Amino acid sequence: MSTVMENNGTAVCALDEILPDMGVCALVGGRQVAIFRVGETDRVYAIGNYDANSGAHVLSRGIVGDLNGRLVVASPIYKQHFDINTGECIEDPLASVRVYSAYVEDGRVFVAVPPAGVRGKVAQKPRLVVVGNGMAAMRVVEEILRIAPDLYDITVFGAERHGNYNRILLSPVLAGEKQVEEIMLNAPEWYARHGIALHTGDPIVSIDRPRRTVRSQSGYETTYDRMLLATGSNPIIIPVPGRDLPGVVSFRDLSDVDSMLAAARHGKYAVVIGGGLLGLEAANGLMRQGMKVTVVHLMDTLMERQLDRQAAAMLKTSLESRGLEFMMQAQTEEILGHDRVIGVRFKDDTVIPADLVVMAVGIKPSIELAKSCGLRVERGVIVDDTLQTFDPRIYAVGECVQHRNATYGLVAPLWDQANVCATHLAQMGFARYQGSVTSTKLKVTGIDLFSAGDFMGGEGTEDLVLSDPRRGVYKRLVLKDNRIRGIVLFGDVADGAWYFELMQRGVDVSDLRQKLLFGKAYCEPQ
Amino acid sequence: MSAPVRTTCPYCGVGCGVLAAPRRGGVEISGDPRHPANLGKLCVKGAALGETVALDGRLLHPVVRETRGGKRETARQAGWDEALDAVAGGFRKIIDEHGPDAVAFYVSGQLLTEDYYVANKLIKGYIGTANIDTNSRLCMASAVAGHKRTFGEDLVPASYEDLELADLVVLAGSNTAWCHPILYQRIARARELRPEMKVVVIDPRRTATCDIADLHLPLKSGSDVALFNGLLDYLDRHGVEDAAFVDAHTQGLRETLRVAQAGGDLHAVARACGLDAHLIDEFFRLFARTARTVTVFSQGVNQSSSGTDKVNSIINCHLLTGRIGKPGAGPFSVTGQPNAMGGREVGGMCNMLAAHMEIGDARHREIVQAFWNSPCMVAQQGLKAVELFDAIDAGKVKALWIMATNPVVSMPDADKVKAALAKCELVVVSDVMQNTDTTACAHVLLPALAWGEKDGTVTNSDRRISRQRAFLPPPGQARPDWWMVCEVAKRMGFGEGFNFSSPHEIFDEHARLSAYRNAEAENGRRESEKPVALRCFDIGGLAGMTREQYDALLPVQWPLASPVSHLPSPGTARLFADGKFFHADGKARFIPTAPRAPANPADAEFPLVLNTGRIRDQWHTMTRTGLSPKLADHVPEPYVDMHPHDALSCGVRAGELVRVATRWGALVARLTTSGEQPRGSVFVPIHWSGQFASDARVGALVNPAVDPVSGEPEFKHTPVRVGAFGVDWHGFILSRRALDVDGVTWWTRIQGRQFLRYELGGRGPVQDWPAWGRALLGAQDPAADWLEYSDATAGIYRGVLMQGERIEACVFVSPRPDLPSRAWLSSLFGKQQLAQIDRVGLLIGEPVDKQADTGPTVCSCYGVGRNTLADAIRKHRLRTAGEVTACLKAGGNCGSCVPEIKSLLIAALAGSDEMERR
Repeated sequence: MSTVMENNGTAVCALDEILPDMGVCALVGGRQVAIFRVGETDRVYAIGNYDANSGAHVLSRGIVGDLNGRLVVASPIYKQHFDINTGECIEDPLASVRVYSAYVEDGRVFVAVPPAGVRGKVAQKPRLVVVGNGMAAMRVVEEILRIAPDLYDITVFGAERHGNYNRILLSPVLAGEKQVEEIMLNAPEWYARHGIALHTGDPIVSIDRPRRTVRSQSGYETTYDRMLLATGSNPIIIPVPGRDLPGVVSFRDLSDVDSMLAAARHGKYAVVIGGGLLGLEAANGLMRQGMKVTVVHLMDTLMERQLDRQAAAMLKTSLESRGLEFMMQAQTEEILGHDRVIGVRFKDDTVIPADLVVMAVGIKPSIELAKSCGLRVERGVIVDDTLQTFDPRIYAVGECVQHRNATYGLVAPLWDQANVCATHLAQMGFARYQGSVTSTKLKVTGIDLFSAGDFMGGEGTEDLVLSDPRRGVYKRLVLKDNRIRGIVLFGDVADGAWYFELMQRGVDVSDLRQKLLFGKAYCEPQ
Repeated sequence: MSAPVRTTCPYCGVGCGVLAAPRRGGVEISGDPRHPANLGKLCVKGAALGETVALDGRLLHPVVRETRGGKRETARQAGWDEALDAVAGGFRKIIDEHGPDAVAFYVSGQLLTEDYYVANKLIKGYIGTANIDTNSRLCMASAVAGHKRTFGEDLVPASYEDLELADLVVLAGSNTAWCHPILYQRIARARELRPEMKVVVIDPRRTATCDIADLHLPLKSGSDVALFNGLLDYLDRHGVEDAAFVDAHTQGLRETLRVAQAGGDLHAVARACGLDAHLIDEFFRLFARTARTVTVFSQGVNQSSSGTDKVNSIINCHLLTGRIGKPGAGPFSVTGQPNAMGGREVGGMCNMLAAHMEIGDARHREIVQAFWNSPCMVAQQGLKAVELFDAIDAGKVKALWIMATNPVVSMPDADKVKAALAKCELVVVSDVMQNTDTTACAHVLLPALAWGEKDGTVTNSDRRISRQRAFLPPPGQARPDWWMVCEVAKRMGFGEGFNFSSPHEIFDEHARLSAYRNAEAENGRRESEKPVALRCFDIGGLAGMTREQYDALLPVQWPLASPVSHLPSPGTARLFADGKFFHADGKARFIPTAPRAPANPADAEFPLVLNTGRIRDQWHTMTRTGLSPKLADHVPEPYVDMHPHDALSCGVRAGELVRVATRWGALVARLTTSGEQPRGSVFVPIHWSGQFASDARVGALVNPAVDPVSGEPEFKHTPVRVGAFGVDWHGFILSRRALDVDGVTWWTRIQGRQFLRYELGGRGPVQDWPAWGRALLGAQDPAADWLEYSDATAGIYRGVLMQGERIEACVFVSPRPDLPSRAWLSSLFGKQQLAQIDRVGLLIGEPVDKQADTGPTVCSCYGVGRNTLADAIRKHRLRTAGEVTACLKAGGNCGSCVPEIKSLLIAALAGSDEMERR
């Protein structure tokens, strides 16, 4: 916004030459700028004059008004509204225009237009350093670029040697259903186009908060005015002998997928330790790559954090019929091998062969960096409802944060966090992040599974259960006080989103109860 | 493909002609356009006959159940010789030890005339007791007694066409629309053609018959005599009298009028009948001014402790006005059973002899014994139905042969009947079904031929003798009833009187007996110088037919004294046209009828009055109609119908189970408040037996009060109380095979298309619904394809058992009677393969596409459901029943659903008005 910009604008006209609530057009630095004066004040606003909806430079002739608390100008042609604070076209964000700094000095109106070709590289801009190149971090950056495109000078540091990719689609890549290129979100060119300095394969190793500098692994040092911390999480590696052997991998990033695909080409037996969401997706992928896969699970049912016993049993049956083998309640004692993994030994001395061992027993927030610079951390980096850490200059999002005592390992909460965080970093924040209710889907082709909320039930809860084992369908809703508290769907997840919405909105379902479990189609009046 | 066989419907007394054509996998049924009773039309029951001829549940071989130490052992299959020897030997032994009055036959209006004839002959002329009574005692005895008192013989004067010729049809105690649908349609059609024709319905209930009524008199139950006495007095006071007829052809008017006048003026009559005086006045005026008046009466009149008086009070009015024996005029008893009339003709009741001759008349006894050349002849009346079972209970009658009827269900105080049979030394039952409430009591079970297999004659309500012909081969070892009776007679040493080889021979003997020494036949074919006796019943004209002539016999109305060469003969359409009656003096009698209240009045403990009757689509104890899915659609469950205010004061609600109790017994059924019942009256249908419901035999509730003259029980008036029957859960099961649901507190079974439906009500908690459901439906195998839904805290459980791609069974349970519609689930049993989309809807019991649920069937003939009708009415803005028929065919066949279609039209109209007002 204009106040943060240094006053280096071009004088355009006298303030009283602009009628209150009207606009004028000025050619500044070769660009048409629409300048508006709001009321009988000396507040002026400047946005691009080009209306993409009509293909004409006309916005300065629009009428200024208020739309749900936002100051807008209505295009004189087709009446789309443009936020004169942000340039956003409310009806069609793709038609949004640039916003320029405008201010009044000594009764004259000034507009600052950056010279063409040096957008985002202006030294005077505050510097935003983004630590982490994952999905959460980049979603924040995308949002900032959308609502305050010229606000920051942005630098991104990522540990992986890639652009930004969709981590939740690693499973399909492993299963051979998608190619790496298909899951890329932002290629290096994207960063360049937006004037973002990208450092891949070069993680930040230290943060000096008093000096507001960061230093990367390669020794690159830079200062920040704001920092976004999004270091994500690390796979948990169970502390058994042989865990460092070649052929023992986790399932976290593209390099893990590369290792697994390589193992699948040469080896036959894969052991996946962990029968949770990630482990089962990994196991399925490896099986699709031709390996003989055994899933080893400590508990007696699969995905016990997302599924009840019956759904878990149906899932197991379904996966077994596809060729997966399971060892339940099996405690891994040692990973065998000298220069490479050859097998796994369990507590009961059973030994099974393994050319590849995938550790998928869970993740933990990656907090070492935050801890080392003295930020307040517990299980994760503590953030408030604006995603701000205890250092007001530092924000954090994603799997590394701990918000209201919760940490998240699923993607949906990251989006919620990113949206809130971006508005605050763009200095127009009012939204608050209040935590997410999560739902789970298993990305194994042909297996439909949906889980959300408190599916275990307990005191005062009620169960609606439907089961059709032959069709492979199991549905369970947990109700409390006539509201959905938990959802487990197996085989038929068509209504998952609807139930999830009812749960999130806390809708009283007593009127629907008789038909609820049979789906939305039955509950809607015909 | 062979030509269809002409036969006669085995249900009500209308006696419609049926064309039956056996086809692969069933029988094609249609109305016989040449039969004068129905001229091609059939009601729903008749049209569904094809669904009842399969061999499911049939008794196909004799069964003997030995008694040891008073306990009946397990039944075992036996040969005919053994079974017949057991019957003959058992009867012989008891007769030898205790005399002939220690044995009895209890027979049925379902028997053919030939069967009836030999049974009557055996017991009265050979065994030597008149202990033969029939279920006709339960429906027609009062009409018989009334006819005999006034006419001197049991004679129905009118013909069906008189219903169409009349300007006024009074329907007294007759729900014609449901019980005699074809007659109802004939009346309705006549009224359409001649709008000046009037119809009056006299019935406490506002039945479906009232739809064509110009006037409905909802009189107090049992007050018919007061009403018709009032009418007689009114006619007399207004000079509506055929003085010449009364003078020349009647006796006893003065005394009869005196008794009638004691009823007081119009207002006193109105009070006695519980009616508005202006209603009565309107009826009396209408009756007075309409010469062509037919008064139809049926069970509402007969089944009463003053039934005979009711009959006579009606006939008195016709005698006074001379409206008898004339086209479009006469009293008209309409019978309930296909061959009640035939039974009466052969004398198959304990107070008749044979061929309309009397036990009490020595001349008659002499004539019959001479004709039969029998070793003995009864001289005293035997035991009437209620007395008979009392005598069995008292140990006086020790051997009983029940033929073609189900007294454990149909008798009053039926629990006592059951207990009596349990004590009886020898119970023989000949029936077509293996399992009935009565066959369960039998020592010997004899497999009889069913409709379609047996061959002989029946007589309908207008004295028309028609052939019932076989068109199916005898199944298993089943035999005709006449053959069994003759075989037993031979084994008892009476071979000479029972050497019949076909029903034709029996009929010939029956016809000859009717003419034997009959005064009417005196000239020309007098066989001896012995005394003669005048009888109207003379079918001598049908004697001497060849086998071929008998087989080709066309429907004909008796009397028919002319020789057989004149066949086909028109017979006799109307009696008494000549004013000649059959008392010795040839005059009819006015019978004084003082009104009497029903035997057992309602009181504080039993404050309501139980009325019983038939429903449209079931017959008697459902042994045959219960097999038809089509017929089960109309009223699937036993029910109790009450006035809504009475329901409120009894603390019961429509749709819930209620317990109806009398001093004699109790039942449990679902309550409906149809609007047909007046205050104080409770209606329960008669059909449900222990085979079809756990607890719905209304016979057990009915008081054993009888009419002192006819011995007919008072089925229409038993004091009763109604209370809630609380159950903890409601449920239903649909299953391809029969299940054992006896463990459930209350159940009823309904025949569906390729499945059985059970409605359930349970008491007590079920801990493990899945285990309960699986066990009940036979799905204990963990690998069974079992779908389930449970809402445990709400007490809702649903399970479905699949077999391959077919639905095998399903069970739905809820603590409230809010279970889903059975219609769509039922339709799935017709599919060999369920689509995925069907399977998805199984546990909710409805299709995703609501259009697929046609709703409960309204038109049975074309299988049109309520939802389909309502949709079409709305969509096409249909205004009349005719338009509905044009659109969907519904109502276009038997027409019995037209009242229901009309109510849907009214509801739709009200709905659209509502919309417009908004």
